[in-house]
Amino acid sequence: MMPAPMMPAPMISARSPEQEQFAGALHDMLGAGAGGATTTGAARQWAAGDRAPGLGLWRELAGLGVTALTVPPQWGGLGASPLDLVVCCEEIGHHALPGPVAESLAAVPLLLTALCTEHLGTEGRRDEELCAGWLTRLADGDLLATLAMPPRLPYAVDADAAGLVLLASADTIRLATPGTRHQSVDGSRRLYEARGGRVVAHGPAVTEAIRRALTVGALASAAQLLGAGRALLEASVRHATLRTQFGRPVGAFQAVKHRLADVAIGLEFARPLLDAAAVALAGSCPTAGRDVSAAKVACADAAHQAARAALQVHGAIGYTREHDLSLWLTKVRALLPAWGTQAEHRAIVLAAVGGTGLIGTGSP
Amino acid sequence: MTQAPAGAAGDPAAFRAEVRDWLAGHVPAEPLPSVDTAEGFARHRAWERELAGARLAVVSWPARYGGRDVSLLEWLIFEEEYYAADGPVRVGQNGLFLLAPTLFAHGTEEQRDRLLPRMARADDVWAQAWSEPDAGSDLAAIRATAVPVKGHRKGHGEGGGGWLLSGTKTWSSRAAFADRAFGLFRTDPAARRHHGLSYLLFDLHAEGVTVRPIRQLGGETGFAEIFLDEVFVPDSDVVGPVGDGWRIAMSTASHERGLSLRSPGRFSAAADRLIALWRRAGEPADTAGRVADAWIAARAYHLHTVATAARLAAGGTLGAESSLGKVFWSDLDVALHETALDLLGPAAELRQPPDPDGRSPDGRWPDGRWLEGYLFALAGPIYAGTNEIQRTLIAERLLGLPR
Repeated sequence: MMPAPMMPAPMISARSPEQEQFAGALHDMLGAGAGGATTTGAARQWAAGDRAPGLGLWRELAGLGVTALTVPPQWGGLGASPLDLVVCCEEIGHHALPGPVAESLAAVPLLLTALCTEHLGTEGRRDEELCAGWLTRLADGDLLATLAMPPRLPYAVDADAAGLVLLASADTIRLATPGTRHQSVDGSRRLYEARGGRVVAHGPAVTEAIRRALTVGALASAAQLLGAGRALLEASVRHATLRTQFGRPVGAFQAVKHRLADVAIGLEFARPLLDAAAVALAGSCPTAGRDVSAAKVACADAAHQAARAALQVHGAIGYTREHDLSLWLTKVRALLPAWGTQAEHRAIVLAAVGGTGLIGTGSP
Repeated sequence: MTQAPAGAAGDPAAFRAEVRDWLAGHVPAEPLPSVDTAEGFARHRAWERELAGARLAVVSWPARYGGRDVSLLEWLIFEEEYYAADGPVRVGQNGLFLLAPTLFAHGTEEQRDRLLPRMARADDVWAQAWSEPDAGSDLAAIRATAVPVKGHRKGHGEGGGGWLLSGTKTWSSRAAFADRAFGLFRTDPAARRHHGLSYLLFDLHAEGVTVRPIRQLGGETGFAEIFLDEVFVPDSDVVGPVGDGWRIAMSTASHERGLSLRSPGRFSAAADRLIALWRRAGEPADTAGRVADAWIAARAYHLHTVATAARLAAGGTLGAESSLGKVFWSDLDVALHETALDLLGPAAELRQPPDPDGRSPDGRWPDGRWLEGYLFALAGPIYAGTNEIQRTLIAERLLGLPR
């Protein structure tokens, strides 16, 4: 007999009706745009260096509570669950919103919270008060934050748009400023080297906080990827229904049907992993790191498969900058290795599974 | 036979513990001979009776038919424990997982009372009889007929009428040794395609039935061809209304594809053994990604199935989305076993590799079982509706692409 610890069946991570409503509200808001700008238009302008329309969308998101989600209530946040974060980031990915999503909504709030609550500040109360102030402004939507965490996250995305840039590595967190800029395949991801300045936290507990920040960032980016994959499938189905060749919609051809069916299967079976990872993280479950890595692998693969199929189904029009499909195609390619490569996440999964216990049951 | 305590209802952890303990004490120490041999079939039938004696054969059924009235979630727990304990192949699975759901949904009270307890004890082992030589993926091309006949037949009681079945059924799993079969027959010769079909049950030992076992890829007679020459079936063995067979069979098909045919326990246990094999092989880097992906996919299927079971328990239904799962698990099963064979190297071609140390840590998994599992897995993308049929269903019914 294979030994497996006696534990109840895993929690069913189906989203609550409130979470579905929240996703619907975000979808409506991002679909409508803000201040006369569409989300895709804002992404294009963001890439061109004009951040005003994109920041308008972020203010709208703040109005819905998105920027307050992961900030604890004592600093004006909602202290919401990782599953709420996932629901929100999936919809953001669905609409290809520009900006430092996983950074500002997930990883930075986690680091700042750890710094305050675990008293990690190098200069004691002064740093804690500083961090508390940033958390309050993040919750209000008053501040965008970003960070670099080399080697896994070598550049600080959108550091030019962020009011707070951190550089976290090994056991140290520093304030940072934008250094050399690098071009991403996704023009709306403006990548900067982070030039480290004053140390705000240092020590073994910081290493642990950085590890947790990487995990929650990977979860948020996995959710973005799943949302982007959904958008790519929807666009493909739309195009395949409208576009006719040989006198028929191209979606009537079996080669197209079967390829899009495979995309649907990939997305369908990535989502339970994503939700389960969020639930594990919420419960501080010892398997949370493994579960987030499994989710990132599956969501990234599903999104990548969706992107390849979408480009092929759209044909030449999909290969143009002009077509909005390019926004999702390039974002998926950029997020695929961000927050840990597929190989790194697969290695995390393998290191965490013993080959001796029941999966999904012995370990929730 | 052992009588298991009945007090586990409503407590999943206690239920799991009971199942695990019982299996630890009862699963045969050495795997049974192949179910597709006369001796193996008899041994598997005896095992089913032992399971039924512990009221573990059909846990999610009502107690009056031999079950425990537990939810689908507890059935999933049972399945996980069963595969982890390497329990014998369920010889009755065609009946248990295909016919029984149909009888619950479309059968009469009389049919359920008469058929289900015998099925649960494996007194009747059922074979499926869907396909015909010219009706495979295109199942609606069925030509076997059922012709109404007046008067009774010996052994079928007084009065009433019945049907005479004629035609050929093929790729009929377990039919070489099974007792009875269920299938679709054309009752209205004037109707075309999926109209005019009826769902009938028949006795494989009845007069007019000839069963020709067919050797499968692995060499065993896992399925058979069935020739029917005016085989009598009483009216009481028609399931659902005459002429409504297509709709009834399709409801069975979504069970087969969706939830009950391949429970996640099979893949969870196999992924776990794959990781053990990979570790034993020195954790080669070139297969690491595929091993990780197999584990991740098995977990995804587990989580997805639990969510589906919860949705069904809350009154939801299972429709075209069952096609998503069928393609997913059947492709996963092949990929997982191919990875294992790659890890075994040149020994992978051997039916029984000689290395006595070639066992997983639980001591019940000689390397040859990977090849056996692979040959079994290869059928998955074909049966229960080929994966091509499923992908077309997904595209048209779920994505809304034009026909």
